[in-house]
Amino acid sequence: MSVRPAPRGVATAAAHRLAAVRARRGRWVGWEIPPFGGIVRPRVVTVFVVVLGLAAAALVASVSIGQFPIPVGDVVRALTGTGGADAALIVRELRLPRALTALLVGAAFGLAGALMQAVTRNPLASPDLIGISAGASTGGVAAMLIGGVTAAGAGSYPTVPFGALVGAIVAATVCYGMAFRDGTITGFRFVLVGIGVQGALTALTGWLLARADINEASRAMVWLTGSLNGRGFEHAWWAGLALLCCVPPVVALIRPYQLSQYGDDTARALGVPVDRARMLLLLASVVLAAVATAAAGPVGFVALAAPQIARRLTATADLPLLTSGAVGATLLLLADLAARLVLAPIELPVGVVTGAIGAPYLMWLLTRAHQSGRAG
Amino acid sequence: MTTLVGDGLRLAYGDRVVAEGFDITLPAGKITALVGPNACGKSTALRALARLLTPAAGAVYLGDAPIADFSHRELAQRLALLPQTPVAPDGITVRDLVARGRTPYQRWWRQWSRADEEIVDRALAATGTAELADRNLDELSGGQRQRVWIALALAQQTPVLLLDEPTTYLDLAFQVDVLELVAELNERNGTTVAMVLHDLNQACRYADHLVAMRAGTVVAAGPPAEVVTAELVREVFGLECRIISCPVAGTPIVVPEGRSRRGRPRVSPGQEVRLT
Repeated sequence: MSVRPAPRGVATAAAHRLAAVRARRGRWVGWEIPPFGGIVRPRVVTVFVVVLGLAAAALVASVSIGQFPIPVGDVVRALTGTGGADAALIVRELRLPRALTALLVGAAFGLAGALMQAVTRNPLASPDLIGISAGASTGGVAAMLIGGVTAAGAGSYPTVPFGALVGAIVAATVCYGMAFRDGTITGFRFVLVGIGVQGALTALTGWLLARADINEASRAMVWLTGSLNGRGFEHAWWAGLALLCCVPPVVALIRPYQLSQYGDDTARALGVPVDRARMLLLLASVVLAAVATAAAGPVGFVALAAPQIARRLTATADLPLLTSGAVGATLLLLADLAARLVLAPIELPVGVVTGAIGAPYLMWLLTRAHQSGRAG
Repeated sequence: MTTLVGDGLRLAYGDRVVAEGFDITLPAGKITALVGPNACGKSTALRALARLLTPAAGAVYLGDAPIADFSHRELAQRLALLPQTPVAPDGITVRDLVARGRTPYQRWWRQWSRADEEIVDRALAATGTAELADRNLDELSGGQRQRVWIALALAQQTPVLLLDEPTTYLDLAFQVDVLELVAELNERNGTTVAMVLHDLNQACRYADHLVAMRAGTVVAAGPPAEVVTAELVREVFGLECRIISCPVAGTPIVVPEGRSRRGRPRVSPGQEVRLT
């Protein structure tokens, strides 16, 4: 093989048409869409579109189904402002904000999980298992208890995202600092340290609650289970803002994101500034997890399961980033729907549902990781 | 043809200094083998040459320019490294892995192209892994997997290739297979190669230039036939041995002293060894 650079002409000629790319033996690879897409693999795109469609369907179902059922047609009319007043009130003021919050929070958790699992190369390194969500919880509870003295009801909410963000970043910094050895972090150490941090923070949250006024504490408890009840547009807005801020830089870092799954040495040898990329990707993950936690409480297992489900759906070796977000959104919407319907008219916190489904999954993951020795 | 030179390097992990005042030259277009006992700093030296480890003092020069001056991307277009135990995600196919080698040439406005596809095909063909292109990496034998990793480095199209213990964990036939491949690539492309090897005989056989290290210093460097002597092996490995000539390539072969098999007389140093 020559060491000369690739002939330019070939690249530019190919850069101006959408072409089916075939490998040497005629195996169809996908469509080439220069200059942006690289090779688009039909399965990945199809899965992403289907999951997005599922999320949209779950959103509509979530708005339509409830104690006062509203047909899909009426939902659309209520949204466009042509429907009846009752339906419009229920859709616009009650159900849509809640469904939107579920969608955005689920997407944020899915992305946060994919980022952290990829960067640490460990499927157990999920924000809800290694202290990031716990840090956000501690910060959020602290903000509620401090802010709650002056503001009544959900009025203390505006301080929660900041408390959660501070708590999550402190927790992440501690995890990162303690897992850092010889110029790198290993996923295994990161998870072990994170479980310790999680324990310490849970204790701290407990201490804060024990000291607090009983009414404040019970309100914080509901938030801590992870609940979407009574969520308004302000919650959706925060989660949306976090996604808007984090998704573009993360997509710009998509190649370091993919290569981080190949180990530091290989990634560096392929020209990725590993340390910088890892910090940025982890920061994005922490911000997404913190803001999602602030909006809906530390809903467990979505961040853990969404990337792995997405990877199995797309059948790629890498964790698909955007698909993970879409899967997370769908999961949380469906879980919330289940939380509302299973024991209707009693409504469960959504965290109970994700926990009930997620815990067996975690056990399965642990036994499997142990068998194949892949947890490290 | 590019030389890689380490000049006055001080190599340390935190407070633990591995090498001090370390000089090394990889001659252009030649295969250099780094040999020495365990923990003598060979892999550390290779990591410093690849800029995976920043030296506390001194500098590494690629041609005339210090490698610290290259951007990540520029360096990856000039220098490829195969780590000792590379990792890949579960279930990746051979072709997808080798395609990652084109990363240093891609930008968001210049994504995957036909030229990249062709280069990947050539890398697969050159390493004899074209037949495995659609298989999962997990399914392959150790030797095949090592060939695939070398194909990844080849797809980077660099004038310099560094290999950290490319033959470790492979059985003898695969070791020879990988070394033959490296020699072939070096001959065909004039690639400057450096590899850390454990087997001194293989190093003598395949390297043009041998660097013997002990405790973070270069004890001897030069063509194996001139450098490898019983004294050197004693000094570097603390092993008594005799040097004989390889019947195939005429390169030095190290035969350890020590006990002979039970019930057989030892051959004294002056006695002739008959090769059959």
